[in-house]
Amino acid sequence: MKLAAQVIDLQKHYDLGPVVVKALRGVSIDFPEGDFVAIMGSSGSGKSTLLNLLGGLDRPTLGKYILGGLDVSQMSDTQLSNVRNQRIGFIFQSYNLITQYTVLENIELPLHYRPGHPSVSAADRKRCEEMAIRVGLGQRMDHRPFQLSGGQQQRVAIARAMMNEPEIILADEATGNLDSVTSTEIMTLLRNLNDEGRTIIMVTHEPDIAMWAKRQIVMRDGVVFKEIKNEVRTTAPTAFAESSDKAFVEHELGNKPAGEGKH
Amino acid sequence: MLMRMIRTVQLGLKSLLLHKLRSGLTMLGIVFGVFSVIAMLAIGEGASNQAQKQIVALGATNIIVRSIKPIEGSTQDASSGGSTRYGLLRSDLRRLQNTIPEVVSAVPIRELLREARHLKYTMQSRLVGCTPEYQDLNQLKIHKGRFLSDADRQTRANVVVLAHEVAKKLFPVEDPLDNQTIQVGDVFYSVIGVTEPRTASAAIGGSLSAQEFDKDLYIPIETFRSRIGDIVSTPKQAGMDTEHVELNQITLEVRDVKDVIRTAEVVRGTLEKFHPAKDFNVVVPLELLKQAEQLRQIFNVVLGSIAAISLVVGGIGIMNIMLATVTERTREIGIRRALGARRRDIIEQFLTETVVLSGSGGVLGIALGLATPLAFTLIRDFTLRFVLDGGDLSDTSKMFQEMQPVVAIWSLPLAFGISVGIGILFGLYPAQAAAKLDPIEALRHE
Repeated sequence: MKLAAQVIDLQKHYDLGPVVVKALRGVSIDFPEGDFVAIMGSSGSGKSTLLNLLGGLDRPTLGKYILGGLDVSQMSDTQLSNVRNQRIGFIFQSYNLITQYTVLENIELPLHYRPGHPSVSAADRKRCEEMAIRVGLGQRMDHRPFQLSGGQQQRVAIARAMMNEPEIILADEATGNLDSVTSTEIMTLLRNLNDEGRTIIMVTHEPDIAMWAKRQIVMRDGVVFKEIKNEVRTTAPTAFAESSDKAFVEHELGNKPAGEGKH
Repeated sequence: MLMRMIRTVQLGLKSLLLHKLRSGLTMLGIVFGVFSVIAMLAIGEGASNQAQKQIVALGATNIIVRSIKPIEGSTQDASSGGSTRYGLLRSDLRRLQNTIPEVVSAVPIRELLREARHLKYTMQSRLVGCTPEYQDLNQLKIHKGRFLSDADRQTRANVVVLAHEVAKKLFPVEDPLDNQTIQVGDVFYSVIGVTEPRTASAAIGGSLSAQEFDKDLYIPIETFRSRIGDIVSTPKQAGMDTEHVELNQITLEVRDVKDVIRTAEVVRGTLEKFHPAKDFNVVVPLELLKQAEQLRQIFNVVLGSIAAISLVVGGIGIMNIMLATVTERTREIGIRRALGARRRDIIEQFLTETVVLSGSGGVLGIALGLATPLAFTLIRDFTLRFVLDGGDLSDTSKMFQEMQPVVAIWSLPLAFGISVGIGILFGLYPAQAAAKLDPIEALRHE
């Protein structure tokens, strides 16, 4: 099976003067194409460090990181930027949209940083609109982030992550700020993307959310502690059934629980 | 490439418009900086134009030789019996005229300060003995009547041409040409002409002050010689002060401008042989013009530097704001980096913002600068009317009164260029600071 990404004996050390902190101490994982992995672990386990390395935001101290057949572990800053732009789609806990931009402009943003900086064509704009419609924001393309609910903002982020057809999608606690019903909506969206063949790696500390993935990798003290294959995966119907009836009813009535912004 | 530049500029404008007040205030520093550069240069240009006009009035092809009185007691000529004898001689005039081929004409001048009188009206004026060529030489225009003629010289006629101001003062009601005479000393002269007003020319060595033509009386030099003579006595504290002067000035006209400087050297050399006491002075208006040009450049540099200081202050203001902006937008920088922006893209973005900011400030400053002449005129009129209260003005303030700032066209692109340069200079550090941010840290920034 073809690998979308692969890390081999990945190590990351932080030199803090008197002590050297070894955040990752030799991690090797294969991510086949179409994989859906949840990386679990308590804080300090190294899962954030791993995610930063997978996202090309940082370089490993030792070891290799192969992304789409390309060794990116020792790339220059500019090369890494291109890799982030072309091969990785980020989804963050706090959405990280640019507040002064509209939904469409936010989705368009990665296009401006394509290697060689081709200008954004009319066809590109059309694709952005289609993407917005696809994540369910067809009516809100000209809205700005503050006019959107958390769930909607995260949809914008997903659309943005998809724009350059990345090798892998990295989701960092993508549902951390969302209520369970909205979380289910977002996870359904990710699940659909995965079903189409997209490789998704997500970091979460919520076991419920981890059950959406195909498998879970549990980190501890900078190494892979164990790997769990999800025999029974969560899907939208099961999630709604499991979520508290009260929350579901409130959602359906349009009476939002705390934490969910205005629609 | 062009599309991308437009897009980056649009982006810059957009984020600047997000904080209108802040951007506006920051821009003000550059606006005033650019404005003061243009205004300072315009005033400098105006002042030098004024000076140049006065020098050109002396004539670019002219060489002016003037008699100067040596320091008291240094030259006592025994033959003239205790009087001070100095200055140019009629023989000098002949010599210069006949021996230097480049000299087209030589006009001798004899002058004295004298009181002119008509009925009860009097005026302290300059009695000038000269030849008909004097008119062309000094670009005098005749208002009424005529100027002196060769016939007047030959007949040593007692005729006088009045300068504009003298005519006004001595003949407030009557027509000066209506068979009128004026009295100077004990001699009566009939008035044959009146000149038009003429601006003063620059002061030259050997004369007392800027040459004012409006208080002159012109008589033929031969008349001067026979009626007044070379020896003039004026009462002094102890006895009389007697001076023996043949000519006060010889104005030489040279055929070609390019020969002026060289000819002046020859003139100096010729005269020095006969005047070991150096009781003469050679003035070359062309040299003055060159000096004035140098002075103007120094002036511009000094004024420009003063104005540049305010531009630098404006630039520091911009840098300060941009540094604050970088801190404020750390997260945005992190997002852009995560989405694939290279360091260069971030530098470009922030640099464009700064340049758009300073460039717009430059444009506004230029607009203000173009209004300098108008503003200057308004301020001057206000000062003259309310502060100086219309009182008498010294020569300096007269210059100020007549001066008109001229916005130098070349200062406009220069000022704009400088404002853009300031944007780049002071924007580079904040932009680099933004680009150097660690994307992970930046994304975590609240």
